[in-house]
Amino acid sequence: MIPEFGHFALILALLVALAQGTLPLIGAAFDEPRFMAVARPAARAQFLLVALAFGCLAASFVGNDFSVVNVATNSNSELPLRYRVAATWGSHEGSLLLWTLMLGGWTTAVTVFSRNLPQALLARVIAVMGWVSVGFLLFLLFTSNPFERLLPPAPEGRDLNPLLQDPGMVVHPPLLYMGYVGFSVAFSFSVAALMGGRLDATWARWSRPWTTVAWAFLTIGIALGSGWAYYTLGWGGWWFWDPVENASFMPWLTGTALIHSLAVTEKRGAFRSWTVLLAILAFSLSLLGTFLVRSGVLTSVHAFATDPARGVFILAFLAVVIGGSLALFAWRAGTVGLGGGFDLVSRESALLANNVLLVVAMASVLLGTLYPLFLDALDLGKISVGPPYFDAVFYPLLAPAIFLMGVGPVARWSRAPLPELAARLKWALGVAVVTALLLPFVLGRWTPLVSVGLFLALWIVTTTIENLRQRIAGSHRRGFLAKLAANSMSYYGMLLAHLGVAVFIVGVTLVKGYEIEQDVRLDVGQSVSAGGYEFKFLGVTPGPGPNYRALTGSVEVSKDGKLLETLHPEKRIYNASGQTMTIAAISTQVHGDRYVSLGEPLANDDVTGAWGVRIYLKPFVDWIWVGAFLMALGGFLAVSDRRYRFAVRRREEPAGDATAPAAAD
Amino acid sequence: MKPRYRRLGWIIGGLAVLGVAAALVLNAFRSNLVFFYTPTQIASKEAPQGRPFRVGGLVETGSLVREPNSLTVRFRVTDTAQTIPVTYTGLLPDLFKEGKGVVAQGTLGSDGVFRASEVLAKHDENYMPPAAADAVKKAHEAMSTKTLVTTGGGGR
Repeated sequence: MIPEFGHFALILALLVALAQGTLPLIGAAFDEPRFMAVARPAARAQFLLVALAFGCLAASFVGNDFSVVNVATNSNSELPLRYRVAATWGSHEGSLLLWTLMLGGWTTAVTVFSRNLPQALLARVIAVMGWVSVGFLLFLLFTSNPFERLLPPAPEGRDLNPLLQDPGMVVHPPLLYMGYVGFSVAFSFSVAALMGGRLDATWARWSRPWTTVAWAFLTIGIALGSGWAYYTLGWGGWWFWDPVENASFMPWLTGTALIHSLAVTEKRGAFRSWTVLLAILAFSLSLLGTFLVRSGVLTSVHAFATDPARGVFILAFLAVVIGGSLALFAWRAGTVGLGGGFDLVSRESALLANNVLLVVAMASVLLGTLYPLFLDALDLGKISVGPPYFDAVFYPLLAPAIFLMGVGPVARWSRAPLPELAARLKWALGVAVVTALLLPFVLGRWTPLVSVGLFLALWIVTTTIENLRQRIAGSHRRGFLAKLAANSMSYYGMLLAHLGVAVFIVGVTLVKGYEIEQDVRLDVGQSVSAGGYEFKFLGVTPGPGPNYRALTGSVEVSKDGKLLETLHPEKRIYNASGQTMTIAAISTQVHGDRYVSLGEPLANDDVTGAWGVRIYLKPFVDWIWVGAFLMALGGFLAVSDRRYRFAVRRREEPAGDATAPAAAD
Repeated sequence: MKPRYRRLGWIIGGLAVLGVAAALVLNAFRSNLVFFYTPTQIASKEAPQGRPFRVGGLVETGSLVREPNSLTVRFRVTDTAQTIPVTYTGLLPDLFKEGKGVVAQGTLGSDGVFRASEVLAKHDENYMPPAAADAVKKAHEAMSTKTLVTTGGGGR
């Protein structure tokens, strides 16, 4: 009965979503408050219904109801409870349901936190989100019903893919989807602004926190996925330029451009059309990403041909959302206007250049991701576009963008004369250049790429310090703490996020420059040395796990004859699927990881015989994820700014100049 | 600065970024695209020698041989019509098994042996790398058309 309840709830949700999509729009068009008033309760009711459906699906998973196809194919009675819950969003159908649930959640959040919005704008925003929801609910109900029954019921489930049986994988998809779906708010605000023809600094102030929060969630989601790949795929990589990763990275790049463009729209009223376009683009890429990953098109473009219903629906939905919103943009962008002008050297130009670089970098990723799919679909041959392509295109495009990150926050709005800018930044530049040139010698070996990477990271740090110093020097308050307190939270959020980028770059640069990877054959008792450490293989011992058999290796790590630790990498063979998984043993230090993972048994006897073992040293690799979390934290800090909470009272005041340097005020 | 010059500056700047990006993309495409060939295509000398490419198919059952005291393995990749010998030094992925799908990247030696620098076998037990599946399918299709042609000819 529970699955039928869920199914029924989904159908009701679709009906409510249709009402949510139409009535408020009609109300906004004819200035009819009663129709517009439907938006709020409809959005909440829809959310509750989808939540009910989601709860039903989760209950089926927890209760091992193998008469539901989705449960039978993605769960197993041996599966631990937390992974049975996580299996709810482990499948295609379940993840789309999670997407819809998140969309309902974001919409409801908008109804709760946007009391100050003009009724027509709110009605339009909620209606647009309603239409997106209609699209997803139709897709769920007609092509991917998560509650489909299996007759006769399966006696046992096929098990969740072991790769997904991991704590990281429990939280990664929800956080990633929070980000993806969160961009729907910015998208809806933009479409609503195009419809209403009114877009100003106030509009930007309303939509900005939503975008920043979505971006922060997406950042964490991507970082978790990367960390998960690092420790469970067993070969020590943290980013593979895999289409699945690119699918989440493209909305991130566009979202990053968007939050900066929104900042300009809020502060200066400029970049209006550009902001709207970016919001449309970010959400379109979120949709594209979801469908790339979820439609099976990456596994084989011919999956479209075998299951035409899904493929055609997806293409049609993408065409309607992207094409429709772009057409609306083309038609109405004129009413929104470009906004104020600015000089060639100014903070606006730095941000605009940064935006352009980010979008071009995104386009290069998009090309590398979709080009093989197109060739394959048109039967022009099979190719693969691997990391070398992305390395060769992406880094050169992003390096200048990161350099501008240092200039932008220090430059004045509207007009920043070059000599003055140079005078402000000369110390930051000098310190960064000299340190970047010398530091690699201390670390061991000088290479140009390490120097460039370190320079970019140091440049961000030194310009950030310079920025803060000038802020404090220009403050009229007395006392150091009072001067610090005079700056807004969004200012500190920006600084923190930028420092996060610096930390991230240090991690990427040093792990690429100095990592040591050794794949070796080790007999029991044999040692190998790598990077000044001695690794001694003590053999493996078999043992049981909850739903797998494990072979646990022991590797002693010592330095200069002193034993540091014993690492226990694991090989798991899952009972239900017979699939093998590698769990690396990682010893994390501030300056990097010692990483050991089991390859394969090389002798017939896997307990007493030799093994292939991966011995890796990954200097500063954890800084990559710490950097990403700092960026996200910066985002959350920025949103906690007072001016978003007191938006109403300050609405009539001129746009506050919170992130500009004090000297520019 | 006059607005006209400013706009011109922006246009030039934008074009410069696009130009650099296009140059980078074209250059990277030229040197980093990896093409895929089936064992049948390699047998009919369609694959380039010395330039890296990918080969896909099934690991032939019973063909896996380990060299003693090293990480070097030899196996044969088949699309059921033709097979190609492969050598690889390194650790094989978890899902590498005889009789299962595989994709290897490397270069073809003049001795006809494919020297793999990378062996890929992806996500789950039932999953066959699309390239591998395609190779097997194409070989089957080729064989069935051949049979049709011969029977057709014999009938006449």
